[in-house]
Amino acid sequence: MQIRPILEAETELTDRSHAPESVVLSTRVRLARNIDETPFPSRANKSQRREILARCQDAIAGLKMMQKGSVLEMQNLSDPEKQVLVERHLISRELSNDKGESGVIVSRDQSCAIMINEEDHLRIQVLRAGYNFKGAWKVIDRIDTGLEDKLDFAFSPEWGFLTACPTNLGTALRASVMLHLPGLVMASQMEKVVRAVNQMGIAVRGLYGEGTDASGSIFQISNQQTLGESEQDIIKRLTGVLDTVIEQEQNARQKLLENAAPKVLDKIGRAFGALQNGHLLSSAEAMNLLSLIRLGVDFGLLPENERRSVDKFFMTTQPGHIQIISQGDLENSDQRDVERARVLREHFRGLAPLDFDTLEKT
Amino acid sequence: MAKPQDCGNCKKPATIHLTQIINNQIKKLDFCDDCPHQKGVTDPEGFSLAELLANGPGATEDQTTDSTNSCPSCGFTTVEFKKTGQFGCPECYETFRDTIGPMLEGMHRGQTHAGRVPQRMLTRVNRRREIERLSRSLDEAVTEERFEDAARYRDELKQLNETLAGDSKESEENADK
Repeated sequence: MQIRPILEAETELTDRSHAPESVVLSTRVRLARNIDETPFPSRANKSQRREILARCQDAIAGLKMMQKGSVLEMQNLSDPEKQVLVERHLISRELSNDKGESGVIVSRDQSCAIMINEEDHLRIQVLRAGYNFKGAWKVIDRIDTGLEDKLDFAFSPEWGFLTACPTNLGTALRASVMLHLPGLVMASQMEKVVRAVNQMGIAVRGLYGEGTDASGSIFQISNQQTLGESEQDIIKRLTGVLDTVIEQEQNARQKLLENAAPKVLDKIGRAFGALQNGHLLSSAEAMNLLSLIRLGVDFGLLPENERRSVDKFFMTTQPGHIQIISQGDLENSDQRDVERARVLREHFRGLAPLDFDTLEKT
Repeated sequence: MAKPQDCGNCKKPATIHLTQIINNQIKKLDFCDDCPHQKGVTDPEGFSLAELLANGPGATEDQTTDSTNSCPSCGFTTVEFKKTGQFGCPECYETFRDTIGPMLEGMHRGQTHAGRVPQRMLTRVNRRREIERLSRSLDEAVTEERFEDAARYRDELKQLNETLAGDSKESEENADK
C-alpha cells in the first residue's frame, strides 16, 4: 500500500510541538500554475498529459522541501487510498475522480502537497497549523520561485498567471483558514456571519457537511478574488475579516457561558459520555461530538493536550481512514460505525472525568 | 423523443441540442457546429444560455461576434467555454480577449494583475526567444551568403548564450540555499 507512510508520518497538523489554538485549526495557501504554450489538463490529450506529469514531477523532485516526499499517481491508487488523501486535504475530490496521468507529491510532514493535472497543470498547497499566513506564504513563495527556474509558466503582464478558470486569474492565490466555530453555530449566528463575510468578497463553506450546518462546526474561510490585488493585499484583507470572525466567536462563547451554561455544559457532558460508551458512531455524529469536546477543552473541562487528540480524530475517524487503518473489509458503513466507536471509546475511556469545577472557579 | 436532424438556423445536420426551462416553459434549440456563434452565444456580455434563448431561434441576425470563434492554438471555442467555465490553453486568453474583459469586471477586484511578476522566468524566456530569432537570422544569412551579417549574428548569439548560462548557474545557487 502506497500511502502507508502518509498515515504513519508525524505531520504538521497533528504532531506539531506548539499547542493547537482554540479557534483556528489551520492555515492554507494555494497557488495555481500552468506551463506556457500547453493546453490545460482538461483539454490536453493523453500523451500531452503524460508529458506534463513527467515534467512537473521532475521539476518538483529538485525542490529541497520535497525531498523524501511521497510521489503518487492517481492511476496506481485504490479508492480508499484516494479517499484518505481527500480527507487529509492533500488532494481535491476532483483529482480523486481522475483516472489517468495525474498525481500529487506530498512532502514528508504533509505540510506541502503539489497536485499535477488537476484543473491546472500545478496546484501548489502549503499548510500550517494554527493561524499563520506568514509562515505558509514564506514556504509557498520559495517553492514557486524554485519551480519558476525550471518551468516556463503561462504569464501575461496584464492578467498575471493564466489559469484554466478565469476565477483564479492573476495571483492564482487562494488563501484560507479552517475555523472551529461552535459558539456562533449554537447561538444561531452563522448565517448572519456568512452573509456579512460574503459581502466582502470572502467565501465561507462548511468543511464537512453542507452550508451553515457544517458537522463539527468547522468552516473554511477563503478569498474569492485573485485579480487586481497583490498577494499581500489579498491576505491582509482576508486577515481583517478573520480577526473579526474570531472575535465574534469568542464573544458568542462568552455569552453562552453567561446565559446558557447548563445547556452548553450538558451538551459537552453528554458528548463525553457518548464517546466513552457509544457503540455505533457515524462520521457526522463523531464530528459533532468531537467538536463539543474541543469546546470543552477551551472551557478548561479537559486537559489542553486533548485539543490535539480531537484534531487528530477529526481526520482519522473519517470513512476512508477508518477503513484503511482497521485493515478489515469495512465496505459497509455499519461496520465502519462500529469500528469508529471502538477507536473513540478506547481513547476517551482513558481520560479523567470532566472537571466542571474549573468553570465555577473562574 | 427523436431530436430534429436539422439545424434550426441553416438546415445543416444539428449536433448541439439545448433544452432550458424558463418560467415553466420548455424551450428547445438545435444547432449545427457553426450556427451558435452567429446566434449570440458568443455575446461577450452573456454568460447564460437564457440570454440566447430569449432571442428565440431565428429572431435575430445579430452578427455581434468577431472572426475569432476558435483558438488557433488549441481549437477551443467560446461555446465550450460557456459550457465548462474553463479555457482550453493559455493562448485562449488572447484569442477571446473581447469576451474576457467584461467578464472579469464582476468577477475580480480589478482587471489587471497587481501581484508578483516572475521576473527571472520572463527574462529567461525572452532571452531564449531572442536566441531562436538570431539563430534563424544566422541560417538565412548563411544561405544567402551575407557573411558580414552572419558574423554579427554569431557574435550576438555567443554573447546571449553566455548570459543565459550565467543565469542558470545563479538560479541553481539560489536553489541550494
